[in-house]
Amino acid sequence: MAMTVHVDIVSAEASIYSGSAEMIIAPAVMGEVGIMPGHTQLLTQLKPGEVELKMPGGEVEYFYVSGGMLEVQPRSVTVLADTALRAKDVDEAAALEAKARAEKALADQESEVDYASAQAELAMAMAQLKALDRMRKITGRRG
Amino acid sequence: MASGKEIRGKVKSIQNTQKITRAMEMVAASKMRRAQDRMAASRPYADNIRRVVSNLAHAHPEYHHSYMKEREVKRVGYIVVSTDRGLCGGLNVNLFKRLLGSMQEMKGKGVDLQVCTIGTKALGFFKRVGGRVVAETSHLGDAPSVTALIGSVRTMLDAYDNGEIDRLYVVYNEFVNTMTQAPTVEQILPIQAETVDDEIKHHWDYIYEPDAKEVLDQLLMRYVESVVYQGVVENIACEMAARMVAMKAASDNAGNLIGELQLAYNKARQAAITQELSEIVAGAAAV
Repeated sequence: MAMTVHVDIVSAEASIYSGSAEMIIAPAVMGEVGIMPGHTQLLTQLKPGEVELKMPGGEVEYFYVSGGMLEVQPRSVTVLADTALRAKDVDEAAALEAKARAEKALADQESEVDYASAQAELAMAMAQLKALDRMRKITGRRG
Repeated sequence: MASGKEIRGKVKSIQNTQKITRAMEMVAASKMRRAQDRMAASRPYADNIRRVVSNLAHAHPEYHHSYMKEREVKRVGYIVVSTDRGLCGGLNVNLFKRLLGSMQEMKGKGVDLQVCTIGTKALGFFKRVGGRVVAETSHLGDAPSVTALIGSVRTMLDAYDNGEIDRLYVVYNEFVNTMTQAPTVEQILPIQAETVDDEIKHHWDYIYEPDAKEVLDQLLMRYVESVVYQGVVENIACEMAARMVAMKAASDNAGNLIGELQLAYNKARQAAITQELSEIVAGAAAV
């Protein structure tokens, strides 16, 4: 029987594949790499594309990844897949957006609807407690 | 004295409240199960990336990334994970208490603080108590995506890169079990190498493609994102569990309250009947 290596394909939100394979072909940034069992330790980036697994039975399975990282150990291969396309400028835009949101939220004191509704809830609970208290007093007096 | 009608009205209103709390309890219970599944689903990635990072810390890379180097602590950043909605018992309050303890300690050492909030409750809290909020993300929903967190995490990482913060913590509720949620302050940066196991005291290094700096940059960024994402997912499971317990307590209390009111109502009714009877008897005797 041919040698196999353990493969884990995981994304941050779910585990995609876990099992053994005879060979893994992955789209690394410097070009496609084919990993056989016993490969030396390697850490590389992946670009969007297909990861191809050659199974022990001779079948081939494909998994689409939108980029990520590939870690290779002699006995195991791990694909840390991204859940979305990542690009430097997109990340930066997202960061700026998060900053802007914080500034806006801090400047805009009145837009806090949640705070207002929480206060309303509190007032209602207080009123109910008060009613309960009054009821208790009445029953206490009469009983 | 409260008349029978008044008491009946109150019983009705409490019954309505109880219906709502019961429904919320059931909704929270089913959402909790799903949140736990999501927590389990994100674990393989977190475990794997943690293993790779710990391998890295034990290997002897030619290039040392700044995320792995301790530096003097003058400024500290916190990523605070809270819920978007209330009615979940003391979950957020306990978390903020724990956080304030940690912040007080830092302030005592003359350390500057900045905060990145996730969830509206944390934002509302810092608005009230004051604090430097540099980034904010909220309304993630029950199934948050990593993509939604990228912006906030990136802001903090940039701050770390630029030397605006020297340490980064993530603050969230750890899901112990349905009844217990543990507020946690966890250090993300610099990455603390776990104690070296004797077995893996090896002297090897990865081959990096295209080069060590670029690969490590990307890997460690994903590592931080994964830690934060894990915190967010866990916090959601905590939120649902806490809400379920709080709503169960509310339903029980409403039940007790209804019982008490029912008793008061019966007594009031009985008193009215007795009074009426005695009036009739007295009237008959007078004739």
